[in-house]
Amino acid sequence: MSIIEDTKQLVQGAVMAGMSKAIALAPDRWIPGGTPDPLISHRHGHIGRPTTRIDGPLKVAGAAPFAAEFPMEGMVYAALANSTIAKGRIVELDTRTAEEAPGVIAVMTHRNAPRLSPPPAFMSSPKAAGGDSLPVMQDASIHWNGEPVAVVIAQTQEQANHARSLVRVTYEAEPAITSLGAAKARGSRTAMFMGQPLHDEVGDADAALAASAVNVDASYSTPRHNHNAIELHGVTVAWQDGVLRIHDASQLVAHEAWTLAQMFGIDEDKVVVTSPFVGGGFGGKCLWQHQVLAAAASRMVGRPVRLVLSREDVYRLVGGRSNTEQRVALGADPDGRIKAIIHEGVTPKTAFNAMPEPFILPTRSAYASETIKLDVQAVELDMLSNTFMRAPGESVGTFALESALDELAHKLDMDPIELRIRNEPEKDPTNGLPFSSRHIVEAWRAGAERFGWSARKPASGTVRDGEWLVGMGCATATYPYYRMPGGAARITLTREGHATVDIAAHEMGMGTATTHTMVAAERLGLPLEAVTFNYGDSTLPGVVLAGGSQQTASIGASVIAAHRALVKELLKLAGNDSPLAGLKPDEVGGTDCGLCKLDDPALYESYASILGRAQRVSVCVEASPSAPMEIMHWSMHSHGAMFCEVRVHAVTGEVRVSRFLGSFDCGRILNPKTAGSQFRGGIIMGLGLALMEETRFDERSGRIVNPSLSEYHVPVHMDVPEIDVIWTDIPDPHAPMGARGIGEIGITGTAAAVANAVFNATGKRVRDLPITLDKLM
Amino acid sequence: MTISVNGVEAMLPSDPRVSLLDLLREQLGLSGTKKGCDQGACGACTVLVDGERILSCLALAVQYDGRSVTTIEGLGTAECPHPLQSAFIAHDGFQCGYCTPGQICSAMGMIEEVRRGTPSHVTSDITAEVIPFSRDEVRERMSGNLCRCGAHNGIVDAIATLLPEAAE
Ligand code: FES
Ligand code: FES
Repeated sequence: MSIIEDTKQLVQGAVMAGMSKAIALAPDRWIPGGTPDPLISHRHGHIGRPTTRIDGPLKVAGAAPFAAEFPMEGMVYAALANSTIAKGRIVELDTRTAEEAPGVIAVMTHRNAPRLSPPPAFMSSPKAAGGDSLPVMQDASIHWNGEPVAVVIAQTQEQANHARSLVRVTYEAEPAITSLGAAKARGSRTAMFMGQPLHDEVGDADAALAASAVNVDASYSTPRHNHNAIELHGVTVAWQDGVLRIHDASQLVAHEAWTLAQMFGIDEDKVVVTSPFVGGGFGGKCLWQHQVLAAAASRMVGRPVRLVLSREDVYRLVGGRSNTEQRVALGADPDGRIKAIIHEGVTPKTAFNAMPEPFILPTRSAYASETIKLDVQAVELDMLSNTFMRAPGESVGTFALESALDELAHKLDMDPIELRIRNEPEKDPTNGLPFSSRHIVEAWRAGAERFGWSARKPASGTVRDGEWLVGMGCATATYPYYRMPGGAARITLTREGHATVDIAAHEMGMGTATTHTMVAAERLGLPLEAVTFNYGDSTLPGVVLAGGSQQTASIGASVIAAHRALVKELLKLAGNDSPLAGLKPDEVGGTDCGLCKLDDPALYESYASILGRAQRVSVCVEASPSAPMEIMHWSMHSHGAMFCEVRVHAVTGEVRVSRFLGSFDCGRILNPKTAGSQFRGGIIMGLGLALMEETRFDERSGRIVNPSLSEYHVPVHMDVPEIDVIWTDIPDPHAPMGARGIGEIGITGTAAAVANAVFNATGKRVRDLPITLDKLM
Repeated sequence: MTISVNGVEAMLPSDPRVSLLDLLREQLGLSGTKKGCDQGACGACTVLVDGERILSCLALAVQYDGRSVTTIEGLGTAECPHPLQSAFIAHDGFQCGYCTPGQICSAMGMIEEVRRGTPSHVTSDITAEVIPFSRDEVRERMSGNLCRCGAHNGIVDAIATLLPEAAE
């Protein structure tokens, strides 16, 4: 963003910093989570029991409806034409031939598109969802190579696709900055992330590094990545009686509805976004131009429109993860105590988004060191805005940090696990906050035992099996606990003992619907079948992002708030004739289809009895949790100990991952079955990050040159060994249900564990991802 | 010109550009077959034609005159699933579920290929009459079906339940 935006963020940041000081010093009991969630002590209920997905039968039968599968009367199809220059103007736009092609209803361009306001960019206000702040098809200017310049609307997809090829565009190109080198030459600025500069200093790290007996100092680089959810981004939209209805694949339905309302200049409640199933998100299923263009096209032709991006379109329209150049320097004394940590580097973004890849985040709370210097410099390119992709920051930041730890261990001739344990901090090393719950050492010990770490040969290149060199490596995984403001939930309880929980949350495969049915059932004291969990609809309460691994905390805190309101209401209805008479809401909880006194379960009354006596069919409450102050009062982080065994072909350099174990400390695990899948899924994306994934960006033209699943490689079955996952299951006393998020941590640490194993196998240190065979030959 | 889809006769489209995938999804309302790339790179669109697995996005519908197609909807339903569908649920062989119909149809075709003795890249003896199933055979032969959610372990476990011989 501009300097003005930065300043605005800085001012907000300063206010936040002042506030967080006060919150840090406040007594625990004033803070959400200061009194542990009573569910944490429930040990034999639904929580913790491996539970099969409730939407499983629909999904395996192909009967779960995804966004591009909602039928609509009179629906027509759209296809996009994209720019082929990175910056400049459209000087000629010939749509006549396309308009005359069979089946074509209209061709929308900047000349005839409905007038729209620019999207408020994500993080610019609480409900903003825009991937960037650029106007959508409103003028002749071009901002990136691949920006949509025309939308063809036709009776069939085939007709639309053909007519799109007939749109003729002439451009006047302007000089564009499309190479990192050129952008760096123009200067960089300290990156701003969520209102704060990505810069931390504790002591004089440069001096401490120079004075250290042992040190390592190296540069690491990571390429661009794309989310590549298998479901293509698609929408089915219609304007019905002034209401814009969007069937979308979205991980922020409420944000999206608000943002589209701003753009179209209509009331927020005139936009309804539903998204019952999302075919993979990973940060990529947010608001980009396609939803806006489909809605505008639908308004223009007065018909429902379906727009499904081609795989190439996804690369052109939906931002991915930016590349990074990082330096990590570590200084230590001869017995391995770290004295200096420096982690700094540069990453590109655009002038229109607020998302620098924050690769220093994992280093902030990682290791005890008297001196720390962290810094991210952002440069601006003329490209599609980058965005968050699974564990933004931590995924690529841990590659550099945890590779450097391995290099230091090697130099010290020390076991890399012992080095990490020796540098365990007692409090957060950068902000001084106490940890809410940190059991990484237990995770390391349990993991090492299970993986058979003691069999590892410290000297590299010494284990050989025929033509294969075999090695083991490890790394720390880490991801913070987040909870964003804006949560809210509604609970409706009927006299028959059925509860409906409504919240505008999302199911992208994480198991949200299943897990939160379990949690709500447990909280209410109901069987699973007696709870319905509604989500994926912007008309439901709450502004909940499925991102930052915060959705479980956000839903959890919202349902706690709604449940408290429900209990209060039920006690009021129960009145003086109830065994519960005179009890306070905090003293009772749900059990056995009713309420009981927590420390004297004999004092009990069923929901049926309470509502029956009050002559009520049902009771309905809605509530919001208090602001997420717990994250400013404690340092809250999940961790994992990652173990990898690789086999590297001595002749070709081919790398095969033969074994992998993740040993996690993420608080309480709510549903072991779906949690295991989340951990594995993250680790597998981490294997892709380590060994094959790379979005190739032509620095001359600013164009992505491998926009397909045949040229952007993701791990396939043959690349994936059996992945072992274990966890401490130690509840975090300050998190709802004792659980911290689990969706992103698996991708962190994984690439370093692979790289460190490759070093152990071959003696070659690859500091530039992905680790392809040419780098090992 | 007609095609049989899950035992029901359907008209072939008049537009020869329509892929078998789009015929199923857009014209016949059978959206269980998924589109992940439309260019043969992901396997989400896998269906069975006369028992063999094909990528329906790379097939023009009109080429399938008189042929018999089985899609995920023809294999089983949510209420009455095929054993392989049940095994996917039991082993959590999916997360978002988008690649799942393709994985299941592909597995059905794959099992028959092995039983017919068609070797793969990991088959140690390509002249053998009978190819022993192993997890590696399954992994290799399923590698054309991408899963970005990373449900690979569960998928192989689910398929292995149909193959007592693959239990290692
Ligand atoms: S949609 Fe056919 S292979 Fe991807
Ligand atoms: S389950 Fe989501 S892509 Fe496989």
